[in-house]
Amino acid sequence: MTNKRSAPDNTPRRGARQHRVESADRRRSWRRHHVSVAKGALLRLRQTPVASFMTLAVLAIALALPGFLLAALSNLQALTSGWDTQPRIALYMQTELSDAAIDRFSRELLLRDDLSGVELISRQKGLEEFREYSAFADLLEQLDANPLPAVIMVTPLSDNPVQLPLLKEELAAMSQVSDAVLDMEWVQRLDAVLALAQRGSYVLGGLLALAVLLVVGNTVRMTIESRRDEILVSKLVGATDAWVRRPFLYSGFWFGLLGGVLAWLLVQVALSLLSDPAQALAELYLNRFQLQGLGLEGSLLMLGASVLLGLAGSWLAVARHLREIEPGEV
Amino acid sequence: MAAIRFSNVFKRYSSGQDALLGVNFELASGEMSFLTGHSGAGKSTLMKLIMLMERPSRGQVWVGQQDLSRLHRSQIPLLRRQVGVVFQNHQLLFDRTVFDNVALPLQISGYDPADAARRVRAALDKVGLLDREKHNPIMLSTGEQQRVGIARAIVHKPRLLLADEPTGNLDPELSEDIMRLFEQFNQIGTTVLIASHDHSLINRMHHRVLTLRNGRLIADD
Repeated sequence: MTNKRSAPDNTPRRGARQHRVESADRRRSWRRHHVSVAKGALLRLRQTPVASFMTLAVLAIALALPGFLLAALSNLQALTSGWDTQPRIALYMQTELSDAAIDRFSRELLLRDDLSGVELISRQKGLEEFREYSAFADLLEQLDANPLPAVIMVTPLSDNPVQLPLLKEELAAMSQVSDAVLDMEWVQRLDAVLALAQRGSYVLGGLLALAVLLVVGNTVRMTIESRRDEILVSKLVGATDAWVRRPFLYSGFWFGLLGGVLAWLLVQVALSLLSDPAQALAELYLNRFQLQGLGLEGSLLMLGASVLLGLAGSWLAVARHLREIEPGEV
Repeated sequence: MAAIRFSNVFKRYSSGQDALLGVNFELASGEMSFLTGHSGAGKSTLMKLIMLMERPSRGQVWVGQQDLSRLHRSQIPLLRRQVGVVFQNHQLLFDRTVFDNVALPLQISGYDPADAARRVRAALDKVGLLDREKHNPIMLSTGEQQRVGIARAIVHKPRLLLADEPTGNLDPELSEDIMRLFEQFNQIGTTVLIASHDHSLINRMHHRVLTLRNGRLIADD
C-alpha cells in the first residue's frame, strides 16, 4: 500500500471566506423558522382536507367523550349538592286519621327535642303535587277518594348512622304512623354511584387520551415517511435534529388544537341538547338548577390537554422515526 | 494546514464487507484532488466518512482541526454546514423550485431571507441557471439538475467541497464544463475533493489523483 503525502503544488492564496451568522440574526431566524414552519404545517393539513378532517374528527370524538362525561358528572354533583342531604324521615300517616288529628300529631312532634324540623304534607297537598308532576295524574281522576296518605317529613337533629335507624323505629312504632322511611340511604348511594362514574370517566379518559396519542403519532409518522427525502437532504446540508423535528411537532400541535376546538364544540352541542330535559328533571325535585357547560376553566383544560396530547403524540413519532432517517444510505 | 486527514482508517460494514483498509492521506487546505478507483473500491465510503454519514471502524478522520471521532452527534450539523457536497444522484427536492432547493442550506444555517436570496442568485448565476430559479428541478435536464446540485453545494461558500461522481451520467463536454466550475471554486481557496472514475477527464485536469483499489489507497500522484 503506497501512501505518501504529496505537497500540493498550488498552495492557497487565501481561504474562502466563511459566512458568519450573528447571534441576533440567529434568534431572528429561529423565530422566522418557527412562524414559517407553523404556517407550513397548517397549510399541509389543508392540502389533504379529507384525510385531515377524518383525523380531526377521530380526535374530536375521542376528546369529547371524556369531556362530556366529566361535564355531565359535575352537573349531577351540582344538582345533588343543591339537595338537602340532611337525612330525613318520612312518616306515612294512617289513612283513617282526620286532618285535624294529623295536624295535632305534627305539632306534638315539634315539641320533641331530637327533631330539628317537621313538615306536614297533607293529603290534599300531596294530591296536588302528584297531579302537577306525575304522568299518572289522569289516573287519579278515575278514583272517588284521595288514595294518598298524609306525610310528615321530620328532620332529626342527629345524623349519626347508628341512632337514625333507632329513631326511625321509634317513630314507626307510634300508633298514628303506618310506615317510616329513612330517606338518607339513596342519597348516599347516589353519591357512591357518582363517585364510581367519575372514576370510570377518568379511566375512559385515560384510554381515549392514549388513543389520541396513537392517532396523532401515526398521522405524523406517515407525514415523516412522505417527507423522507426532504429530511435526508436537510440533514446532509447541516440541519439540526430540532430543525428537522419542528414541522412535525407543529403538525401535532395543530392536530391537538383543532381537534380540541372541535371536541369543545361537540360537548357544547351535546350539553345544549340535554339542557331542556335536565331542567324539567330538576324541577321535579323542586330544585333550581341550570345545566352548566364546560365553563372557562373546563374549556381551557380541554384545549390544553388536547394540545399537549397532540404535541406528545407527534413527539413520540418524531423520536421514534427521525433517528431512523439518517443520510447513511444515500 | 490540512483540510482533510485520514489516519490509518478502516471501515467494515455490518454486513462484514471491508470498504476501507488502512487508508492514510492528507489534503491540504485549498488543494484540489481527484479520488478514483473501480466501483466498489471505497470512494463513496471515504466521502461518507468525511461527512460523518458513516463512522470509521478504526483510525481517525480529521476535517480541519476537528477530529471527527470526538464529534458528538449533536455537533454533526455544524460540521456539515462547513462542507458542500455534490451527489451523483444530485438529491434535489422536486416539491419546490430550483431557488428553494439552492436556498435550503442557507435557511438551515439561519440566513436573513434577503441576504439568502442574493447568495442563491449568485450561486445560480455561477452555474449558469439564473433564468431557471422559478422552475421545478424535475423540468430540467440531467446536466442542469447536476448544476443545481452544485449551486446548492457552494451557495454557503463552504471551505471544503466534496463531489461524488458529479459527472457520472453527463456527456464529456458537459463533464468538462462542470470540472472547470470546480476548478474555479478551488481558485478562490476552496478545498475540493472529487470522486470520479472518468480517467480521461481526470488526466486532462492535471490535479492530484488518489487511487483506491479494494479499499486500499494504491496510488497518490
